[in-house]
Amino acid sequence: MRRFSLALAAAITALAASAPPAAGERLIASLSNHRVMVTSSFTGDELVLFGTIEPDAATVQRRGGYDIVVTVTGPRQTLVTFRKERVLGIWVNVDYRVFENAPAYLVVLSNRPLEAIANGETLRRLQVGLNNIPLPQRASVNIADSASDDPFRQAFLRIKGAQDLYREVTTGVTFIGRLYRAPIPLPADVPVGDYEVDVKLFADGALIARTTTALEVYKAGFEQVVVSFANNHGILYGLATVMMALATGWFASVVFRRD
Amino acid sequence: MAPAAAAGYPREFEPTDDAVQLYLPIADLPVNIFVILAIGLAVGFISGMFGVGGGFLMTPLLIFLGISPAVSVASVTGHIAAASFSGAISYWRRRAIDVALVCMLLAGGIIGTAFGVWLFTTLRAIGQLDLTIGISYVLLLGIVGTLMVIESVRAIIRSRQGKPVELRRPGSHTWFHGLPFKLRFKRSRIYVSAIPVWVIGFVIGFVGAVMGIGGGFLLVPMLIYLLRVPTATVIGTSMVLTLVTMASATVMHSATNHLVDAVLALILMVGGVTGAQFGARAGQKMRGERLRFLLGLLVLAVGIRFAFDLVLPPANLYSVRPAEGGL
Repeated sequence: MRRFSLALAAAITALAASAPPAAGERLIASLSNHRVMVTSSFTGDELVLFGTIEPDAATVQRRGGYDIVVTVTGPRQTLVTFRKERVLGIWVNVDYRVFENAPAYLVVLSNRPLEAIANGETLRRLQVGLNNIPLPQRASVNIADSASDDPFRQAFLRIKGAQDLYREVTTGVTFIGRLYRAPIPLPADVPVGDYEVDVKLFADGALIARTTTALEVYKAGFEQVVVSFANNHGILYGLATVMMALATGWFASVVFRRD
Repeated sequence: MAPAAAAGYPREFEPTDDAVQLYLPIADLPVNIFVILAIGLAVGFISGMFGVGGGFLMTPLLIFLGISPAVSVASVTGHIAAASFSGAISYWRRRAIDVALVCMLLAGGIIGTAFGVWLFTTLRAIGQLDLTIGISYVLLLGIVGTLMVIESVRAIIRSRQGKPVELRRPGSHTWFHGLPFKLRFKRSRIYVSAIPVWVIGFVIGFVGAVMGIGGGFLLVPMLIYLLRVPTATVIGTSMVLTLVTMASATVMHSATNHLVDAVLALILMVGGVTGAQFGARAGQKMRGERLRFLLGLLVLAVGIRFAFDLVLPPANLYSVRPAEGGL
């Protein structure tokens, strides 16, 4: 916590000193850490996005106050959603949809429910919220964005939600005066790759400022060496596993030899 | 952990995990190392006791533990290679391996393994792999388990009635012996066509690669009843075939699907080869038909468990997984 406050103070001082003159509110955002290392003992982490809203002299007093929506989008991945049905008494995958370039991780943080921040039309246009994020899916050849009530899309969001990879947290942003802070939850099986953090400032139901930042999640350690070896040198990896098997088998026959 | 948190250390420096938790890199999930080791020991014990490879128990246990069927099958191939190599060495010392027969079986076995890995990859791409593994286990274990229980119950009843144990005498020639390409296998003292030998090798290689089993419990009866291989060489020969098909399956699964978890395989191997030694000693103290009865029940139980998973409504009708291959 102390580290965070120090970083916050430093960031604000630096930003305030270099702030160029601008019209309307300026939105400033920074992350407590831009690189997250995942090792074998990683059980999840939390990054803190923090920043400030800087009104300039010309800014009018906003009646409804400020609202902030933070969208964290993980690396893109093509995923398949299968649907099971009972066929001759057993449950079989009978249908599927391919979700092209779906974010492997998607978290939407806001200071209050999205409907209270802006109307449905605005949210759809700005693609804010899990229901408004485009998730292009492919059934056979044609790619189309799925309707938000599509059962495959619903199931996809539900499953990703159960894995804590897709979340909408309506209490995820807190204000301290003009400062705001938004903890970004990273679950234990957080996907590796580049993440985009998009911060939107709303006032009176309209978008008035926007800023982006990024973070990277990378794996390190023994596991990562094994995974990249397995993926990049499959045959060698297989041969190494077989050698290991033969060594174990031979060792056992020596240790337990009775004759 | 509590004092560290109280002292205000940043999160990263807290001991966040127990030492017994091990992260399986390919299976991509943390497991308790002792649970995996115990599975290895238990299955090794059973396999040593009954003289089987244990893949048909190991793969299901891993699946029931939550490891994906694909990773379970691919990783268990490595474990079986270790177990059968350890067994093959001791049979080699006793000169109980028919090398010529092994080579002929392998001619079919390697092709069967390659075909099995290809089918595995294809089924995985169209999302039907888990189902195929499930159905295969239900059928195979159901049939083999039922046959074993019936046969052993009959044997137990016979011995209760004081009748001598029926010895299966190798019958006279079957239609197999009319097939061409006849070969003489000196050590086993048999003279058979190469065609059934290749077919048996192919079937074992194929089934092993798709299901993650060595196939010893199928191969041994086939060799005895179909090819009339004498008991002196049958186990050793079966072990060498299993060793080579499973070692090739490990390499092929690694090369095509990248699903072999070497860390998982290593723990299973260490547990398996150790457990097998104790199992073999325990097995010598038990009567053959009782042993076969227990093994039959075990095989049936695993098959029924798979059947339940297929028939019971799943908790979630939908599933999400990364796109592979054809999709």
